[in-house]
Amino acid sequence: MDELLTILIARINYWVYIILMMIGMYGIIVKKNLMKKIIGMSILQTAVILFYVSIGAKKNATIPIIEHGHDTGHATAVQAAHFINPLPHVLMLTAIVVAVATLGVALALAIKIYKQYNTLEEDELIEILKE
Amino acid sequence: MVQQLPAIILVTPLVTSIIIFFTGWRYKRLAYPLTLIAMSVCLLSSVFILTGVINNGQLQYLLGGWPPPWGIEYRVDHLNAIMLILVSLLGLLTATHAKKSIEQELPERTTLFWSLFILLITGLLGICITGDLFNLFVLLEVASLSGYALIAMGEKKALYASFRYIIIGTIGASFYLLGVGHLYIATGSLNMADLAQLLPELLHSKTILVGFAFILLGLCIKMAIFPMHVWLPDAYTYAPSAVSAAVAPLMTKVMAYVMIRVMFTVFQPEFSIMLLRVTDIMVWSGTFAILFGAVMALSQNDFKRMLSYIIVAEIGYIIGGIGVANAIALKGAIFHIVNDAMMMTCLFFVAGHIMHQTGGHRIDDFKGMFKTMPVTAAIFTVGALAIIGVPPTCGFFSKWYLLLGGIKAQQWGFVAALLICTLINVALFFRVFDKGLFIHTHGNGPAHTDFTGKPLAGEAPLTMLIPAFSLALVIILAGVFNQFIVNDVISFAIPLGF
Repeated sequence: MDELLTILIARINYWVYIILMMIGMYGIIVKKNLMKKIIGMSILQTAVILFYVSIGAKKNATIPIIEHGHDTGHATAVQAAHFINPLPHVLMLTAIVVAVATLGVALALAIKIYKQYNTLEEDELIEILKE
Repeated sequence: MVQQLPAIILVTPLVTSIIIFFTGWRYKRLAYPLTLIAMSVCLLSSVFILTGVINNGQLQYLLGGWPPPWGIEYRVDHLNAIMLILVSLLGLLTATHAKKSIEQELPERTTLFWSLFILLITGLLGICITGDLFNLFVLLEVASLSGYALIAMGEKKALYASFRYIIIGTIGASFYLLGVGHLYIATGSLNMADLAQLLPELLHSKTILVGFAFILLGLCIKMAIFPMHVWLPDAYTYAPSAVSAAVAPLMTKVMAYVMIRVMFTVFQPEFSIMLLRVTDIMVWSGTFAILFGAVMALSQNDFKRMLSYIIVAEIGYIIGGIGVANAIALKGAIFHIVNDAMMMTCLFFVAGHIMHQTGGHRIDDFKGMFKTMPVTAAIFTVGALAIIGVPPTCGFFSKWYLLLGGIKAQQWGFVAALLICTLINVALFFRVFDKGLFIHTHGNGPAHTDFTGKPLAGEAPLTMLIPAFSLALVIILAGVFNQFIVNDVISFAIPLGF
């Protein structure tokens, strides 16, 4: 039991992303409402973003800004272990933009679908489309 | 100058897309010439890139001057160069073709169409040229997002089809991103060439395995490999005909290219083949995709839907070819990526002509095509023969390499599927020939009525005929000069280790 707890706690960020991702997948697969599907899709993307953000963290490290970096001449002796890794965070800025764009397109489509068919329920839509 | 081409080929269409979007509100007419200019620049630079690569080997471009492991690097070898030519050639031809068809199908939204269309081509070109896994993700989403929007512009049912495509496509992209994250945890690098050097020491790590699996799964979804193809037929059937001609052949083929890149350049071939045996799964899913796609295509009444299922089958060819994993089959697979993109575009052009002249894209609309539209009928014949795989056309040669590779690797299931699919394709296109050649009496079913309400009346306009005709010509030429293409270009495109 103790071992299990250690595994759970030591890798808590991975567990959170897995759970979030499964919630997102559940929403996409099970829910019939298009809006809920979009929410599921968004949760799925957020899970991946959180995963990336968490892997940049280090214990006892600070933000990646070198104090007095350019005039003391110590800039070359920086210990990488003292600073968290900024790269995954920067990557995720781009990924967030992509996620927002995807969400925007999906919502726009949902609006158009609602205008055309007057419903957002998938089973009703499929009924209408069959005719 | 040649050194700057990898940037030019990407920046030109990107800037043009933005210019068209902002000037389009006032100067609608400007969009078409601007598109043609941008596409021609892309084609020219990709031709120069290919000659440069053939003469001097790999071409490297550092974005912003940052050295490779940190900055984004564009690296062009033979494989990239072929894909660049393919994408920009088909982009130019489709743009030429699209004008009349868009004016008819989307009269009010031409500006948006052109802007999104160029953005799509930008994304596809970028995927083919980049040497950075994360950059690839961003460009993949640029291409996909413009693809979703373009597909949604189509017929009534296109909205729901595009919605499904968005959801499934996003899952695919998220999986890919997750896989890249795993590779980054283990190696701390996103650069393909750098990863290729770092990975061999870590091949037995579980993190790498999970990352590899996620990347491959994400690509499979985007590529519509057999069990994950459900979004494809609807999306490509109901899209505007010009959009189908651009998205349908290119998107899946470019994903196939990415798969080859990841499996054999980023990871070592020994890893993908020996250690994981992922290729066995690929051969089988390819085999099933071929059979399923062919049978489903046979049961369709809609020409574009039939073509969509043929794409599913053709993806099976390519995946099977990669899975057979010997030099000959891989040559076949790469050659087939090129050929299939051209053949499918050619047939979607024909669908566009029929749509333009009759307003429908069912097989019934081909009635009497050989009398009223002889040129289109000839182009269609070339495309159909290429898909079936009749010798002077290029389709025969790539299939031939795939068959040889399959026999050499003793993958009899795959070989059998290839041959059966060829037979089914004959039956498939015979139905269309039958409709096109003979005008049956009007006994069978009500006459197809549509929004223009006119029967097949003469040829499509010249701007639609010329691109289709030149593509048909290229298909035959690629068949005639297959020795040159395979020996001088594609055999260098095969990754090291075969």
